[in-house]
Amino acid sequence: MKRTRLYECHQQLGVRMIEFFGWEMPVEFRGIVEEHLAVRQKAGLFDVSHMGEIIIRGKDALNFVQYLTPNDAGRLAVNQAQYTALTTPRGTFVDDLLVYCLAPDKFLLVVNAANSDKDYAWILSQKGSFDVEVDNASDRFSQLALQGPRATEILQPLADIDLGVLRPFWASWGKVAGVDALVSRTGYTGEDGFEIYTLSSEPAAIWNEIMKRGEEFGLLPVGLGARDTLRLEAKLMLYGNDIDETTTVLEADLKWIVKFKKGDFLGREALSRQLEEGLKRKIVGFELVDRGIPRPHYPVFVHGDKAGEVTSGTYSPFLKKSIGLTYLPIEYTGAGTEIEVGIRDKRAKGLVVQTPFYKREERIV
Amino acid sequence: MYPTDFFYSKDHEWVKIEGDEAIIGITDFAQKQLGDVVYVELPPAGKELDVHQTIGVVESVKAVSDIYSPVAGEVIAVNENLNDSPEMLNQDPHGKGWIIRLKIRDRSDTEKLMTATDYEKFLEGIEP
Repeated sequence: MKRTRLYECHQQLGVRMIEFFGWEMPVEFRGIVEEHLAVRQKAGLFDVSHMGEIIIRGKDALNFVQYLTPNDAGRLAVNQAQYTALTTPRGTFVDDLLVYCLAPDKFLLVVNAANSDKDYAWILSQKGSFDVEVDNASDRFSQLALQGPRATEILQPLADIDLGVLRPFWASWGKVAGVDALVSRTGYTGEDGFEIYTLSSEPAAIWNEIMKRGEEFGLLPVGLGARDTLRLEAKLMLYGNDIDETTTVLEADLKWIVKFKKGDFLGREALSRQLEEGLKRKIVGFELVDRGIPRPHYPVFVHGDKAGEVTSGTYSPFLKKSIGLTYLPIEYTGAGTEIEVGIRDKRAKGLVVQTPFYKREERIV
Repeated sequence: MYPTDFFYSKDHEWVKIEGDEAIIGITDFAQKQLGDVVYVELPPAGKELDVHQTIGVVESVKAVSDIYSPVAGEVIAVNENLNDSPEMLNQDPHGKGWIIRLKIRDRSDTEKLMTATDYEKFLEGIEP
C-alpha cells in the first residue's frame, strides 16, 4: 500500500487509517463529528497527497486542455484555476478535476486518487497530433488542505504570500514554513481555505508548522471520513458515487462547467443534443423526514415505485439531519417532491430539497 | 475497564444479569471501532429474540453494524434515550448506553459467553 510523505506525522497523532484505492490514508483522528465541526467553525488540516497531479505542457497545451474538458480553460490567467471534467464523447465523466494554468503553455490537472492512472492513460490516448508532453507527476506531489474560517489567520504568518489578496480559485507560488509550495484558495469542504501543493520531498514541516500554529485557533487534523461529510453538505461531487462514466455532466447538474461557445471538446455534441432534447434525469439533494441514515445504493422510491438509488448519503454533523444525493426522473426533481428511501426492511420518508445543503455565510473581510 | 460482573460475546456485546432479566449493550471496544454513533435502531418491546438474533442496528457516520443478542428472551424494555442521544453509546457504553432489557429464557446461555478477563484476552488477539 502507498503511504504519503506525511505518514509519520499522522502516526504521532494516534490516527485510524484505512485503505483508500491503494493508499493508506487517515480516516479519522479525534472523531468524524468533532473534525467536521472544527472545519465549519474553526479550521481543519487534511493530508490529501493521494490526489493525482498531471501536467500538460507544450505549444498546444491550452488547445489540448480545451479539447479534453468542457469548461473554458482559455479564460484562465496564469495562476488561476477552474473546476471542470474530463469527458467522454458521450458527455459522461472520465473524472472531475481542477485545472490550473501555471504558464500559457503549462497546465496542472488535479485529479482523483482513484482515477489518476486511468486519467493519465485517457489523456495519452486522446493526444493525437496535439504538440504536448503529458507528465503523471502524482508521486512527486504532496498536497495539504487547510480549510475553515480561521484558515487565513493560521496560514498567513507561515507563508510569504499575501493571502488577503488571493481570491477564490487563484493560486500563488511561495514558501510555506520554508518549503516551496503552490498555495491555492480552493477546497472540498464548502469553507474558505487553501490547498497547498509541494514538490518537496520533505513536506512534513508544512504539516507540523500549521498544526503548531493552529492549536490556539482550535485547528484539528481531519481524515477522509469528515472530508466526505463536509463535501456532501456542500454538494460537491464524489467520483465513483455521484458521477462516473454513466452520468453526463448535465445530469450531474453541472451545466455551469459546460461552455458550448468555446469550440470543440470531447462530449460537446452529446451534451448539446441532451440539452436540446431535455434531460430525462438529474441529480438532486434530499433530506430524510423519518429517522434513518441513507447510504449509497439504497433504493429511492417515488409514489411507491423505485425511481433511483442513493449515490451519497450521510448523517450531516452540522445540520444534524440525514441528507443524500440521488438521480431522479426529471419530473420528480422539484424541491418538495416526496420520496422514500429503502433502509433495510423499512421505507423512510424524505423530501427533495434545494442544494447545497450547507452554504457558508459570506464574511466581510 | 471491563466490568467483572458482565458477560461478553465475540461480537462485542455485553450482558449483565439481574435476577431473571438481562441488560444488553455493546462494549467499549465496539464503540471505539464504530466511531461517533449517530443512529440506533431498536426492537419493539415484546419481541422474542433467540441467541445471536439481530437486536437492532447501530450506525456511526461511516459504518452500519448489526447488534446481536448474546442470550435468548423477550424484550421488556429498550433504551429510548438512544433515539435522541445516540452518542450515549460512545460516552457510556457499559452504563447509560445500554440498549435493551430482556426477560431471559435460559440462564445457561451465559455459559457460552466470556468473562471480563477472557474478553480482555480476546481483545489482545484483535488489537494491533
